[in-house]
This record gives sequence, C-alpha cells and structure tokens, in this order.
Amino acid sequence: MTTTATPALHDCRDAWVDALVELGREDPRIVAVVNDSVGSSKLGPFQQEFPERLINVGIAEQDMVGVGAGLANGGKIPFVSAAACFLTARAMEQIKVDAAYSEHHMVLVGQSPGMAYGELGPTHHSIEDLAWLRTIPNLTVVVPSDPEETRQAVRWAAQHDGPVFLRVSRMGVPDVNPAGYRFVPGKAVTLREGGDVTLIATGTVVSRTLAAADALAEQGIDARVLSMPTISPLDNDAVIAAARETAGIVTVEEALTSGLGGAVAEVVVRHAPAPMRFVGVTGFAPTGDIGWLLDHFGISPEGIAAAATEIVSA
Amino acid sequence: MTVEEDLVPEVHAEDVPQETFAVIGRVPAGATREEAIDHLRAAARAVRGRDIQMVRAAGLGHIGGEFSVIDILVTLYLDSLNMGPELLGDPDRDRFILSKGHAAAALYTTLAAAGFIDPDDLSTFMQPLSKLNGHPARTKIAAVEASTGPLGHGLPIAVGTAIAGKLDGSGRRTFVVTGDGEMQEGSNWEALMTAGNHGLANLCVIVDRNRLQQGARVEDTNDLEPLPDKLRAFGMEVVELNGHDHGALRDAFANVPAASGKPTAIVAHTMKGHPISFMSDNVAWHHKVPSPEQVEAALIELEQS
Repeated sequence: MTTTATPALHDCRDAWVDALVELGREDPRIVAVVNDSVGSSKLGPFQQEFPERLINVGIAEQDMVGVGAGLANGGKIPFVSAAACFLTARAMEQIKVDAAYSEHHMVLVGQSPGMAYGELGPTHHSIEDLAWLRTIPNLTVVVPSDPEETRQAVRWAAQHDGPVFLRVSRMGVPDVNPAGYRFVPGKAVTLREGGDVTLIATGTVVSRTLAAADALAEQGIDARVLSMPTISPLDNDAVIAAARETAGIVTVEEALTSGLGGAVAEVVVRHAPAPMRFVGVTGFAPTGDIGWLLDHFGISPEGIAAAATEIVSA
Repeated sequence: MTVEEDLVPEVHAEDVPQETFAVIGRVPAGATREEAIDHLRAAARAVRGRDIQMVRAAGLGHIGGEFSVIDILVTLYLDSLNMGPELLGDPDRDRFILSKGHAAAALYTTLAAAGFIDPDDLSTFMQPLSKLNGHPARTKIAAVEASTGPLGHGLPIAVGTAIAGKLDGSGRRTFVVTGDGEMQEGSNWEALMTAGNHGLANLCVIVDRNRLQQGARVEDTNDLEPLPDKLRAFGMEVVELNGHDHGALRDAFANVPAASGKPTAIVAHTMKGHPISFMSDNVAWHHKVPSPEQVEAALIELEQS
C-alpha cells in the first residue's frame, strides 16, 4: 500500500514527558516544578508516577524559578516547566540571577512558545523569548524541531551541569530529522545540501522551511537547509560556511526575528558579511489561529521561498 | 563552576589602617551559655570593626544594614549552624542564605571569622577581580549557597532547598535572612505561601526588622505591619526577639522548628548602624561611606560596647 498523505504531526510535549518519566525512573534526583501547569506541560504521567517529585507552587513564576534553584542547591535536577510566555517574562530576573549567573544545573522548559496559543493573543504568545534569553550569559537555549530531537534534548539537559532553556512546542510538527539522528548541543544540522542560498530554521518551522526548499528547487534554486536547535551558543562555523559558500542566508523562526535572525546576523556581520533576509514574527500578532498567523507573517513555504529568491536574484 | 583568580590589589584608602583580623572560630564545645554569649559578643565586635574598615577602603558598602544583621550572622556561623569549612561538600550541612545580599561585607567578614575564607582576602573587597563582589556570588565563594543582590530571591531559593531536604529525609535545616524592606517584594510572599503549604519545618526565615529601607522608614514607604500576623497567616510559627541579643538568637535558632510541621519565622528587631551612636537608626547610613574620623570614632565606640 502506498500513500502520499501528509506526514503525521506530533505534539512535542508528548516526547518531553515521556523522556522526563524515563529519566525519573533512572535518577531519583529528577524533579519537576510547575506553576499550576501540570496539564499544559502534559506532566500528568510524571505526577502519577512520582507524586512527591512534582512540586506545584501555584501561579507564582518568580517563586517557581527560585524554588527550582533551591532544589538544585539541595542536590536535585529540577525541570521548571511552564507556559513560555509566563516563565520567561514574569521570572526573567530569576532566570538571569538564580539560574544563569548562579550557574545552577536546572532546566527551564518553556511550553507552547511562539504563537502556539494563537487566538488567545499576544499576552499568551512567547515571541520575545529567544531574543531575550540568547543574550543571557551562561544560559544554553535549545529549540527542538521534532519529537526525537525533543527527547534527546531533554536527556542531554538532565546531564548538562549548567542552566538550560528548552523550548517545547505544542503545535503539531512532522519528524524532520533523519533516522539515527543525534542531537549535538551547539551544532547545526544540515537537512539539505545546497550551494545557491541557505535557509536556517529553528523549532516548529523547520518543516515549512524544507517545503520552501522544495519549491525553490522547482525554480532551479538549490537551497541549503540548516536546522539550528541551539540558539545559544550558536554554531558560528556553520553560519560562516553558509555565508561564504552560498549567496546569502534566510533565517526562519516562530519568534521575533531578533531571536535566531539576530544571532545569525551578528555572526555574519562580524565574520562573513553576506545578504540576509529575516522570516519571523515582526510585531504583536492580530487575532488568529497559529496556522493563519504563521502565514500572516510570511512564515510559510511561499514567504520563505520569496525571501530566498530576493537574495539569489539580487 | 568558575572561581576567579584572587588578586590582592592596592587598597584605595591608605589613611585607614587595615586592622589584622584573624579566624575566630566557633563557640567551643562544652562552653556554658555565658561563655558562648561572651564569645559571640566579642566576635561580633571584631566583625563590625573589620566591616567598617572594608567599607571605608572600598568606598562602597551598606554599613547600616550590615551592622543590623551582624549579630544574627555571627550567632549562626559561630554557633547555631551545622556548617563549617569541613562540611562544605556534605549534602546534610545546614544551609544559610543571605537574601539581603547588599550586606555582603558583613557576610564576608563573618565567613572569615568562621574560617570559610582567608581573612587576608577581606582587603580585596570590591577590588578588580576580587571574589568578594559587592553582592555575594555562589560561583566565587564555596560557602555562599545562593547568589543574591536583587531583593526577593533568597527566600524562594531557601524554600526550594528546604523541599529538597524534606524529600531526602535529611535532618538539615535552612536559614534565610531577608531585610524588612525586602519583604515588600511579592516573590517573598509567593515563597511563604509555598513554605506554609508544604509544612517546611526545616525552614527558618529571619526578618532583619531594622525598620529602615534605602530612602525612608519602612512604615513611611509601604508599611509591613502587622508583620507577625501576616507571617502567621501564611503558616509560619512566629518568634519575635531582639536581633542584637546573642543569647536570645542562639536559643531561638536551637529551638527551630518552633512548632512541629510549620516553618519558623523570626522577626529580629534590630537597629541599622547598631551600636554606633551616630549611625544607629539613621536612614542616612544605608550606604553612606564613613570618613576616616568616623571610622576612628566608631572603632572607639565598638571597643567600649
């Protein structure tokens, strides 16, 4: 039986909680800290198996991150999990001081980031998180693109002796990484070779970027596609190579373009000036569901391909 | 964890003699109550003397809030805490967190008195590349459990480490000192709710109730009263005492938890600048730097205290 149906879409929170439960069984130091976010973090299975190791501080994000740091002081490995918009904006000083400056081994898990909450509006969107967090020293910022990468990033963060921000999506995404894929922190993943132009994408929009490369191929444009699961520290070498070996770079993210786009631009300007285009969110979103909003901001195969064409035809 | 190279730079104020200051050590085992109090009183006098010289030399510091909290710090580190340089790697050591991190010089001097840091390092306070930053950093000094400075951070962290101790069935206790002005930060009340609801009997919150904040009296800024009632309403067992009375402090610390199944909150009534006549209870001395003459006068008053 053959099928040309669209690939199955996955909620990466399922992979996140599966990995955390697995870790919980292996290591009694693993604990979860939440702000009444058991449901939105899909932590039910973890709570069921380890009820005493799920600390729910209620709707209190500053306390939540501080308690996480204290649990790290007490020898635990805390995964502090909450909607990305509240975790990052409400507790920014705790992220800066209690996690990053203090170099605590703790994992901040920003759930349903970007515009995942669609119609609920900009109060619940987390489009600023990548731009904010990539500027904080010591903090590793990881944005998985599919379930397998999510699973591996969770496991890596559990053993990395330092603070990590992990951006876990709820928006359905297909598997984008090849079989046997190994997540390496700080390294780009070449999903498609190409010499004309480079598309660098992160997280939920990698699949849209691959679709854009298909569209460009039909126009005779050979696009390189890099998935960038780590925003900080960035894979400077991959960016510099792309800037030198192709006509320019398009960055693609479900966030303000000062996130991945800004990070890549800093490297390009400093080491290998090249034309760039930035595909991402450019302001507070109007009302709409996530799919409509992505298209609205041009974070679509057509929008990404158009940006690449501008570079190639310039 | 990175520990910066410790430099010994030139000190700014050559006009201030750098008094020799040696490790004082804990109250000897088997000491009577009176002997213990004498030991702590003498240590607190020495710590204040060194602290004021450090602030003078650095040209920066928070002398008022340091002098209000020194008796609490000295009693904890030299007597009450199950925590010493030899216990730093012990997961069951007691934890202490100075949430009012701007009183860093008082903490550093007390840590030197207790043998956690070299007394000679005190002369590097706030100098380039010193590990004695203007606010304490856990990555620079092993005995510092939490990096503090911005207010309202230490209490949530203390709650977290107390939860960890409870999960592990450890007998260790966690003590945290907040300023009273600091209790205006909402994060503290979030943390107190968590502490009360978790029944953290291994947690002791000490409020340095000196009644002054940076710019004015606390009651004229955003009043805390009735503070003991508020703390009780959040599930604390509340103890009030004179925060300069070493005997009362050590008795209260020994008695933690003051009630079974509940966190203890100690409202320690103190005076900013205590016991120096021209500093005491004076808002101007929040972060004023004393002149050489004022240092000399304060040292004479300390000798007579």
